[in-house]
Amino acid sequence: MPYRYLGEIATADVAFEATGNSLEEAFAAAAEATLNVMIEEPERIERRESIDVELENDDLEMLLFDFLNELVYYKDSKKLLLRVDEVKIEVEGRFRLRAKLSGEMIDPMKHPLGADVKAVTLHRFSLLRSGDGWTATAVLDI
Amino acid sequence: MATPSALKRISDTVWELPRGYKEGMLVPARIFATEKLIREMDAGVFDQVTNVACLPGIVNYAYCMPDGHWGYGFPIGGMAAFDPATGVISPGGIGFDINCGMRLITTSLTLDEVRPRLKELVDMLFYRVPSGVGSTGFLRLSQDEFRDVIEEGSGWCLKKGFAWPEDIELTEERGCFEGADSSKASRKAVERGFDQVGTLGSGNHYCEIQVARPENVFDREKAEAFGFTLPNQIAVMFHCGSRGFGHQVATDYLQSFLKVMEPKYGIKVRDRELACAPFHSKEGQDYFAAMKCAANMAFANRQMILYLIRGVFSEIFRRSPEDLGMNMVYDVTHNTAKLEDHTIDKKKTRLLVHRKGATRAFAPGMEGIPERYKKTGQPVIIGGSMETGSYLLAGVESGAEAFYTTAHGSGRTMSRHQAKRMYRGSSLQHDMEERGIYVRSVTWGGLAEEAGAAYKSIDEVVEATELAGLSRRVLRLTPIGNIKG
Repeated sequence: MPYRYLGEIATADVAFEATGNSLEEAFAAAAEATLNVMIEEPERIERRESIDVELENDDLEMLLFDFLNELVYYKDSKKLLLRVDEVKIEVEGRFRLRAKLSGEMIDPMKHPLGADVKAVTLHRFSLLRSGDGWTATAVLDI
Repeated sequence: MATPSALKRISDTVWELPRGYKEGMLVPARIFATEKLIREMDAGVFDQVTNVACLPGIVNYAYCMPDGHWGYGFPIGGMAAFDPATGVISPGGIGFDINCGMRLITTSLTLDEVRPRLKELVDMLFYRVPSGVGSTGFLRLSQDEFRDVIEEGSGWCLKKGFAWPEDIELTEERGCFEGADSSKASRKAVERGFDQVGTLGSGNHYCEIQVARPENVFDREKAEAFGFTLPNQIAVMFHCGSRGFGHQVATDYLQSFLKVMEPKYGIKVRDRELACAPFHSKEGQDYFAAMKCAANMAFANRQMILYLIRGVFSEIFRRSPEDLGMNMVYDVTHNTAKLEDHTIDKKKTRLLVHRKGATRAFAPGMEGIPERYKKTGQPVIIGGSMETGSYLLAGVESGAEAFYTTAHGSGRTMSRHQAKRMYRGSSLQHDMEERGIYVRSVTWGGLAEEAGAAYKSIDEVVEATELAGLSRRVLRLTPIGNIKG
């Protein structure tokens, strides 16, 4: 997944930039970047449970904010580490997201733990068109 | 780092950015720091503290403490007081980790008694006090029971036998923000936090075994009043907050304020993280009531961790926690907004004081501090990095200048990313052990990120607070054991 962590814009926390050729790819990359802060080696997550997510927002950028917040919510409430199987974004008056996520419960014996993501922040949060694709930038409070 | 050219030196430790620095500033901004610390401050501090100065209803100044660094909305180390009638409340002035705070307890043990058992102690603390991503506490609470916890705070723990009566007395706000209303917290917030009472978290949260060496006692009388009476006495300090529950409360209201702030209340802010609502609006009052729930969750969380720590010491030393003198010194909050009475133009005035990564430091005689500390002033617990040391300070009269507020820690100067590139967790653990500090961490990366060199000098920060008249040193504590999430 195309994302990289940005050392210089978050002294006490973690910042990343995630890119995609489509909006959907950028959303998925941002989700994976968030997951990879919580644990190392996200590719080792087995797809044992699946979750459907449906979100709506008038603002596309805030839709991404809501989407990343869902991952943080499932991490605490269901102890689930989730990867994106499928994500679709449509405009029906508002921006509407439907996603299929799957993964498994956190197991410190299996998943080398990273930092507990407290929140997705709006500090320098952006979702911008870049060339033919999209670039998302976010700072996570850890 | 370059400081803004408009920065005026008011005294050796007070710096000001005037109203003209940025359009929309309603008051000047004041930063407390020594020359060295002000030169080291990141540019974000100057930008953010002056954004705060633009918020409606702000009184006197927007302040930043000597350990300031950039945060979300307010800088970390930020403090601002608002007129409750005309001012706002902002989650960005409180932080995502509502009532993240510090608790300090003494023991009647000395270094000679603890040193031979140190590894056992740290290892058992590491296994008993849950930390890291996904950890849950030992309490099995229903979501309804959790709603009692967040309305009652430490009082709930006392009722259930997890606290001593004096623990409550020695906690800021007596361990409970009055007026917490759990119906103002979302289902999601409750789901994120109901099984996390008694967990440390990760990041910069830790539990540390420390020693008060005789040469590090600066004020013997106050040290004794705070419970430090023996040479090389052992203490335990820990830092954590309201966990997923508090983080979700902050996120929920950040989103809800963004929707109403401009259309309904006509408030424009310079940074979305400063989303706010008039304090007296429905949204403002709902957030205040939910924030209090999160603050109470943090008090209960620290109380349950204290219960676990007492259990560990008792098991290792085969003596009761009472016999081991495991008494609380105090529990301070870092990230809150509170209604407090202060004096402005010689008149007692009620203010809504936001402190974000800043500690309340009430002076001797003030209401709101425990009876036994009426002569000494409120204890202030300042956590340093795991390699260097921490401080116990006391509030002073001259703190009135900053609404009785002081620093909260040492403040980072190096990013986590850079620290991880420069240090390896495993070799850092080894080096620290050679220097007499035994540390256990859930992750090597997390350990490397907390290396001492990633932080400002705690001695410099504390000295700045003393020179600025915000608080006075009582003693310095040196780490010997640490567990990290």
